[in-house]
Amino acid sequence: MNKFLTLLIVSFGMILVSACGDSRIHSHAVYMLVDTSGTYAQEMNKASKIVNYLLATLNPGDSLAVAKVETRSFTEKDIIAKVTFDKRPSQATSQKRRFKNNIEVFAKHVKGSAYTDITGGLIQGAEYLNETKAGIKTIVVFSDMQQELGKGTIRDFPIRLDGIRIVALNVTKLGTDNADPRRYLDRLAQWEASVRKAGATDWVVVNDLENNIESILATR
Amino acid sequence: MTTWNSWLFWPNSVALSVLALAVLAMLFLYAARKPMHGVIHSVCALLSQSTRFIARWLFLCADNLKLRNQSVLLAHGQENQVTVIEREFERVGNMVRKDMQEFPALQRRMMEEATRIEEDYRKCGEIPPPPPEWVSALQSVAKIKTGGDIPRKLLEDINKSIQKIHDQTVAEFRRSYEERHKILQAMQPSWRSLEKMAGEMDKKMLTLQTDAKQIDGHMGKLQDIKAKENKTEHALTVSGFVQLAISSLVMVIALGGAFINYKLIALPMSEMVGASDYITNSLKTSDVAALVIILMEASMGLFLLESLRITQLFPRIASMDDRMRQRLMYASLIFLVILAAIESSLALMRDILVADKVSLMRDLASAAPAGSDGLLTSIPMIGQMIMGFVLPFALAFVAIPLESAVYSMRTVLGVFLVQAMRGLGFLLRFTGLLLKRLPKVLELAYDVLIVIPLLIERWVIGMRAGSPGAGNTEDKEISKLRRAA
Repeated sequence: MNKFLTLLIVSFGMILVSACGDSRIHSHAVYMLVDTSGTYAQEMNKASKIVNYLLATLNPGDSLAVAKVETRSFTEKDIIAKVTFDKRPSQATSQKRRFKNNIEVFAKHVKGSAYTDITGGLIQGAEYLNETKAGIKTIVVFSDMQQELGKGTIRDFPIRLDGIRIVALNVTKLGTDNADPRRYLDRLAQWEASVRKAGATDWVVVNDLENNIESILATR
Repeated sequence: MTTWNSWLFWPNSVALSVLALAVLAMLFLYAARKPMHGVIHSVCALLSQSTRFIARWLFLCADNLKLRNQSVLLAHGQENQVTVIEREFERVGNMVRKDMQEFPALQRRMMEEATRIEEDYRKCGEIPPPPPEWVSALQSVAKIKTGGDIPRKLLEDINKSIQKIHDQTVAEFRRSYEERHKILQAMQPSWRSLEKMAGEMDKKMLTLQTDAKQIDGHMGKLQDIKAKENKTEHALTVSGFVQLAISSLVMVIALGGAFINYKLIALPMSEMVGASDYITNSLKTSDVAALVIILMEASMGLFLLESLRITQLFPRIASMDDRMRQRLMYASLIFLVILAAIESSLALMRDILVADKVSLMRDLASAAPAGSDGLLTSIPMIGQMIMGFVLPFALAFVAIPLESAVYSMRTVLGVFLVQAMRGLGFLLRFTGLLLKRLPKVLELAYDVLIVIPLLIERWVIGMRAGSPGAGNTEDKEISKLRRAA
């Protein structure tokens, strides 16, 4: 009887220990890049709604960061807000409220940038996501996917996006795309090819934010 | 296709190649006829004997298991019956002791009442009227022979006296009767009291008689069990099935309660142990923690009922001395109350968390906050708290059907196992029988394949049979070949 009890306690302890070491594998980390260049800065309201959706969907223990796409985006300074939600639901709710306020403040005072360095943002995002050690990693790019690099900005080298899903949101058509749709389609195809080559697990384009918003996050 | 072609001697003429192959195969099969028959016989005999052996072993095991089941069933039934009889005796003993304690007082009361009635009865005795002296006076007057006024006067005087005496006597008689009536009226409560006492005694005697009949019935059952009668065994088995069905039903209901309980505390438990910790891919630590709390409540309930001797799953607890058992009972009860209080507070926390989340969702959706109706929002919260406190105690009673299920499961499983073993044994025996007959069929089927060489052999033997020196053995061989052909 004593032996059985000891065995039961030990096995239960082992389960608890293994449970503690397994927590991050089930968590979700999202890095959202918001394009603030040119006329796209006007889409900030939509970006806020996406952030709200992410806040409503992510669970305690998950991570979320929102960064802007600037002239050179490979910097932590471009991260508007980042948080890893507490394991306790009550604390996570408070953190979500604070995060929402930060984004609202940013949305009111957003300034357009001269150039659009999406690749830099992707590298920064991959770095952040890898640090979180989350099981599911997603980079959400809220942009028209038209990259414009400033003078002296070098991005023509292979990047690493291993195990990361890339979701392009609200990829609006430019004036030139309307004249020649192949430009739009080629742009998307190029991005898909480059992110898949970089090791991304998935490439998703969501333009219908009203009906397809659930596609942003992968099911656990 | 290539494989098929490689078997053909002349790939261009398939029919010829197939014929050649068939002839070769037939020759080979004819040459290997005797050893093949031997192999068929040996393999079938081996399989047949093995299956028969296993079938016999299974039947033996089933019989042994049945005997064991029977002894366990009867022992359990005997134990239950003895417990019931003991309880009945205890009840009757208590009743008799109580009644016997009351009996002297009752007897005294009855004696007093009887004495009182006797005295009253004596008082009621009728007083005889005074003797009629005037009759002799009248006779004396009648004897006077001379007439005149004297007899008439005497008679008138006598009449007056008689009238007076009569009036007095009647008055006295009426008064006396009135008194007797009063006494009789006073006796009425005593009669009623006696009647009531007699009725009570009668009722008690009747109860005792019924109990005695019940004990008789139980004793009869016990005797049947001890005599190991088939009827009793069957009744006990059926009772086991019924018990299992009833206890399973109750346990399913309890499981529903446990599920509600689990739903109440799973979310708030994530506040304690973290919402993002997982034990397996889909099993959250908070869910397991909630389940552990519920199982602990059920365990405490089990210990509580064990220490109260309502259930007897743990012989060690049942055999504890009363003091220790009482301590265990208090400890289980305290733990149960603490767990119920924890659960109640978790239910409250759940409500707060849900409200907080709803508020956040409203903020994120930029919707206007909903107007709060104090009473309406409080009712579910209070309901959850009450449920959180009450459910652990309700769950504690699951120990009773659990005990019943555990004991009856032994019987039911035993019966099923015996039937399964018998069924398997029958199947194997049937297979053995088939295997015993199979060699003959296979032998004939084999001979059908080599029918041409056999016919030639028969023809050759027939030719030889014509020549002198051919023995009986060859005749037998011929007849066998004919049969085979």
